[in-house]
Amino acid sequence: MAFFETQRLTKAFGGLIAVSDLSFKVEKGEIFGLIGPNGSGKTTVFNLINGYYPITSGSILFEGAKLNGLPTWKICKLGIGRTFQIVKPLRRMTVLENVIASAFNHTSHMAEAREKALEVMKFCELDRKGDYPAKGLTIGDRKRLEIARALATGPKLLLLDETMAGLTPQEQLQGVELIRKIRDTGITIVIVEHIMHVIMNICDRILCINYGQEIAKGTPVEVANNKAVIEAYLGKE
Amino acid sequence: MKSINWPTILVIAVLALFPAVVPSDYYRHIFIIALMWVVIGSAWNLLAGYTGQVSFGHAIFFGTGAYTAGLCVTKLEISAWWGMLLGGPVALVVGLLIGWICFRLRGPYFALATIAVGEIFRLIATVWRDFTEGMEGILIIQTFRSKIPYYYLALFLAALCITVIYLVTRSKWGFYFVAIREDQDAAESMGISAFRYKSLSLMISSFFTGLAGAFYMNYMGFIDPQVVFSLHYISIMAILVGIIGGVGTIWGPPVGAFIMVLLQETFRSSFFGLLPKWISEAHILVFGLLVIFVIRYMANGIIGDWSKIQRLWSKDRELLSASGRN
Repeated sequence: MAFFETQRLTKAFGGLIAVSDLSFKVEKGEIFGLIGPNGSGKTTVFNLINGYYPITSGSILFEGAKLNGLPTWKICKLGIGRTFQIVKPLRRMTVLENVIASAFNHTSHMAEAREKALEVMKFCELDRKGDYPAKGLTIGDRKRLEIARALATGPKLLLLDETMAGLTPQEQLQGVELIRKIRDTGITIVIVEHIMHVIMNICDRILCINYGQEIAKGTPVEVANNKAVIEAYLGKE
Repeated sequence: MKSINWPTILVIAVLALFPAVVPSDYYRHIFIIALMWVVIGSAWNLLAGYTGQVSFGHAIFFGTGAYTAGLCVTKLEISAWWGMLLGGPVALVVGLLIGWICFRLRGPYFALATIAVGEIFRLIATVWRDFTEGMEGILIIQTFRSKIPYYYLALFLAALCITVIYLVTRSKWGFYFVAIREDQDAAESMGISAFRYKSLSLMISSFFTGLAGAFYMNYMGFIDPQVVFSLHYISIMAILVGIIGGVGTIWGPPVGAFIMVLLQETFRSSFFGLLPKWISEAHILVFGLLVIFVIRYMANGIIGDWSKIQRLWSKDRELLSASGRN
């Protein structure tokens, strides 16, 4: 039994097949990269995993249990956290309140939730911004807040959707550090990313998709040298 | 905010002493109605201000509570005071059912649905004469001739409602409500069942609004569908109380309730009989102007923008003293 797997996952929006027959496995403790050109269906895969879209056919298994048809909040309770590519800070709450709201996922006690939130914020280096209103954060801090909020729910599997996009090179390096730190705590990570040096550096394995279909799978070096991948990104000679 | 603070104690003390200090039944009546609106406004605010689900249908719960008390007399032949026990729970169940239907809709579509359901309730109460006595309404004999028992009951209900809502907003539920208001999709991905917590918010809100309705029946002694299920006098008024005072704040609706009730009474009585009668017709116009003013200059209401108001005040004084020196 794989830690996490999709079996022949398919999603159709009317006549448009956004994800087609996609099967992959993620092992516990690894960083798994999902790449592909714009519009290839990466975010759709995430939206299927966390139940935001209903699945057309196929199935998703997490620790042996089927996730098909479960509501988003239940999937989160089972231990799958996610960040959004287009960040969704709870604007009129402070950073601390954002994270506390998430930390209530496995407790109903304010003191416990607060403690968990402070711990996560320290981990994500947001501890000095606790009293900032979320709407006033820079894009880098908003991305950190997304990660902090997902971590505070206590996930076993974390889905990171382009957490590096729009960051400065310096911030990207810090982001890579943070993702490694998260993996070192035992959390499995699936990451969607466009920035190649990031993805090539941190991933154990990569799946490349185009038009919702698998075109290559393997270690970063294998995928980077794959002809189909190069064609998908750069076009044919 | 500290859990015990002096302004709160001062407000409670003033309100507790009010009937002793002011012997006029007229002013006691105005304060009783204002305290009732504190309950309704605060209840509406929990759903709309904290949870972000703007209801245009709180008359449903107010009317349900009022009719529960009234029907205790006409159908069960027991005291209308039983309505104080039953009105809240009955309104809560109605709220649960309405939420089950209407929470499939988001934002303005939810608001529109609540208008429709509100009108359905008003029409049913009007047409189903065997059950509700229709437009003839329900008339009961009030228990007390003095206003004082009603005053302290209203004060107790207002204090209870504010306290419960204060505690809720500082608990897990409160955090979940605000998270849903800010972004329902983000909330879901944080493990929050938006449907469940919106329903909980609506249940607390409808409970207190129903309680206020049952109180109204007992206090006024007369209800009919056009008053207690009124879109304009109840549902819209609840929104105005919230908006003027400040949505998403504990003290906004209480402040809004007193302002709105005093304003309404000032116009209804044509400035206490000092101005010609036709002035009383203008109160809706003034409400409209007030809402425009508040939305334009104090979008967060009087309490929400209190720091802004204080700043203006001190700036005015600075300007005055500066011009005084010249």
